Amino acid sequence: MNWSLWLELHLHFCMLSLLAVGGALAIVPEMHRYLVNDLQLLSETAFSQSVTLAQIAPGPNILLVAVMGWNIGLQAAGGFEAGGVAMVTGLLMALSLLTAAVLPSSLLSYFMVKWLHLHQHALSVRAFKAGMVPLVMGLMISAGWLLQTACNPQMDWRLLLLCVASMLIVLFTRVHLLWLMLGGALAGAALGL
Amino acid sequence: MAQENVAPRSRTDLFLSFTWLGLQGFGGVLAVVQREMVDRKQWMTLSEFAEEWALAQTLPGPNVVNLSVMFGGKHFGPTGALAAMSGLLLLPGLLMLAIVIGFQAFAHLPVVASALHGMGVAAAGMVMAAGWRFWPTVKQHPLGWPLGLAFAALSFALAALMHWPLAHVIGVVGLVSCGLTWRRLQNKDSA
Repeated sequence: MNWSLWLELHLHFCMLSLLAVGGALAIVPEMHRYLVNDLQLLSETAFSQSVTLAQIAPGPNILLVAVMGWNIGLQAAGGFEAGGVAMVTGLLMALSLLTAAVLPSSLLSYFMVKWLHLHQHALSVRAFKAGMVPLVMGLMISAGWLLQTACNPQMDWRLLLLCVASMLIVLFTRVHLLWLMLGGALAGAALGL
Repeated sequence: MAQENVAPRSRTDLFLSFTWLGLQGFGGVLAVVQREMVDRKQWMTLSEFAEEWALAQTLPGPNVVNLSVMFGGKHFGPTGALAAMSGLLLLPGLLMLAIVIGFQAFAHLPVVASALHGMGVAAAGMVMAAGWRFWPTVKQHPLGWPLGLAFAALSFALAALMHWPLAHVIGVVGLVSCGLTWRRLQNKDSA
């Protein structure tokens, strides 16, 4: 990985941090477009693994950026076979992208919180909040759709069914997410999908 | 009955509390954050929490991270914000990387690959469900639900199907949606 590419990635994630209205999942479609389609730094498999594993591990969703950074760094340095150097590169890349993804928005929060407290009922703030809600909804469904497509490029109907079932279970029951992931894993392994 | 708020004791307290909080958060952290900050630590009342959470959601960036920055900053300034934020990200981040490495070591086995596919689509369903959770809010939208839904569908089409950059989606759909909402709210206020 050369320095200019690294800098470009870092700055792009700084920008995404400020565009991440609605949180980490809302920028998943953009990360897919940028890292998988445009720069081809991540394969569909690495992308879907990153998002999936971030869902089963505890911690805020934004940590999926660290997993993507890890995968990018690891691949760029030659993968696991390259040994320690690749692991260190992965770790540095994870740290770099995660910092980029949280620092600008955190600075904004830090300095805006007083202003926002005072103006939370102002017309402009209410209009921004309400106006962005449909967008966030569309972006999060996009994130789910792109993850589904990345895991299931052949559009196997059984995987599609599993995806819809998982969505409905989350919406209409209170089953813990970990049970759902376990169920998905067992179904996938048992059917050899 | 008014609850007497307790202040975090130190930056270390902030760091450790947010570490513990991060380690418990599977999928949705909101419930965990509320339980820890309101019930267990008694750092704020429920209504204060609701207000802080709403503010954290208004700003861009991960909501929990914003909340940790706002809360840590309020009590201990910049270093407090840093302590709370790094608590939330550091140990959970390392744990996550350990899980990823563990999975990748076995990812070449067909059964592990199949399990990952199954988990992946299950996770995809969860993420879509998280999007659908906004439907009640969109239904009550100042612009009315048909227009709200249209903006949601448009951003889906642009982001997921046409692969537009996020900046363009926000620049076009976000601007129009916020602008129309602004005008509608303005009319409502003056009416």
